[in-house]
Amino acid sequence: MIAIVDYGMGNTASVKTALQRLGYEVAITDNPAVLEQASHIILPGVGSFQAAVEEIEKRNLKNVLIKLANEKPLLGICLGMQLLFTTGYENGITQGLDLIPGDIEKIETPYLLPHIGWNALHVHQEESTFATFQDQHVYFVHTYAANTDDTYVVATAEYGPEVTAIVKKGKIYGIQFHPEKSGEVGQRILQAFLKGVEQ
Amino acid sequence: MIVKRIIPCLDVKEGKVVKGTNFVGLRELGDPVAMAQNYSKAGADEIIFLDISATNEGRNTMVDIVKETAREVFVPFTVGGGVRNIDDVTRLLQAGADKVGINSAAVHHPALITEGANRFGSQCIVVAIDAKKFADGWHVMINGGSKDSGLDALEWAREVEKRGAGEILLTSVDTDGVKQGFDLALTQAVVNAVRIPVIASGGVGQPEHFPEVFKKTDVSAGLAASIFHENTFSVAEVKAKCKEQGVNIREA
Repeated sequence: MIAIVDYGMGNTASVKTALQRLGYEVAITDNPAVLEQASHIILPGVGSFQAAVEEIEKRNLKNVLIKLANEKPLLGICLGMQLLFTTGYENGITQGLDLIPGDIEKIETPYLLPHIGWNALHVHQEESTFATFQDQHVYFVHTYAANTDDTYVVATAEYGPEVTAIVKKGKIYGIQFHPEKSGEVGQRILQAFLKGVEQ
Repeated sequence: MIVKRIIPCLDVKEGKVVKGTNFVGLRELGDPVAMAQNYSKAGADEIIFLDISATNEGRNTMVDIVKETAREVFVPFTVGGGVRNIDDVTRLLQAGADKVGINSAAVHHPALITEGANRFGSQCIVVAIDAKKFADGWHVMINGGSKDSGLDALEWAREVEKRGAGEILLTSVDTDGVKQGFDLALTQAVVNAVRIPVIASGGVGQPEHFPEVFKKTDVSAGLAASIFHENTFSVAEVKAKCKEQGVNIREA
């Protein structure tokens, strides 16, 4: 069973249907006991960094997530990916889960913000599970992005600067775009995460 | 780099896709969810549903269509038409729409834009502007393009951006239905007026009209309805034409 963390921030339903379509059993939950039983944890999210951290803390999920991230594969999507990092700079300075070192800062670009639409992936780690997605288009909606060490950056997308698109540190994964809204390619990316790190 | 988006629009009345919005004797074309799925498979980058139902029953049916679409279609989709207040916005987003389009209600109650953006984020709020050329510039038209609101379209575009709209869906009342191409002058004027993405709408009769608007203006996306519904041209044909002319698109 795959657990989608429900903390009141965003579109859990479309992530759920995308996973069900791939044939997985899915639970949307904020119950630590259910999260413990899951094979994989997915942390979705839409909204602001600071509001999301508040919601996670309100549900006493911060330490639960940090503990589980060391035990089983965890995937953060969009805002959920940003929460994996050390510090967020949206609406003030907020500490994240600090599972991957790095900061979430506003994208510095001459182009329009938010970065909305389909953009091509540049995969930097050739041996990665995601190497087959080189130059594939995926759907982004965000204004802030992760600044982290190159070691953790699997893929980026060009929007003025190269914007972090996929990160990985051990069994902890983060995807900035929306695989559940990225058509066939998005489905295959979710599959790659689930297959690539099956327990 | 980010690609130009091709967006088919489906006009839905009482739960069925219909052809045209302004004619008596609308022809039913089919099931909205199935058509959205087909467009998505053919490479549509996004889908827009425009609900033109006249009854509450029809509007409730639209919510069911949104729920089913969210389960079956894996590209972003927007729902517009008849969105009057924050409850309508909430209902459609909770049913699974990625964005909600607000048209006349935004003109009558501009605070609705701010309220929607504050509650759900600007990325969910698309303001639809129907514009028509007058001697003193483009005016915002309401009630399905039939009534002059007296507002200047460029000023209104800046106003909706300031109030938190994430995108503008711009329809030219002058070119809509004429099939001779997008309104290039209006489109570029609005794109220049704001710093949010603009979707051009109204006037597509040939696949060539898409590369034309992308090369001659800085618009982010183009929308068409009838050429796709009637299977005159497929989304794939439009994309092939864009690619041939050097427009950066997503190959699905």
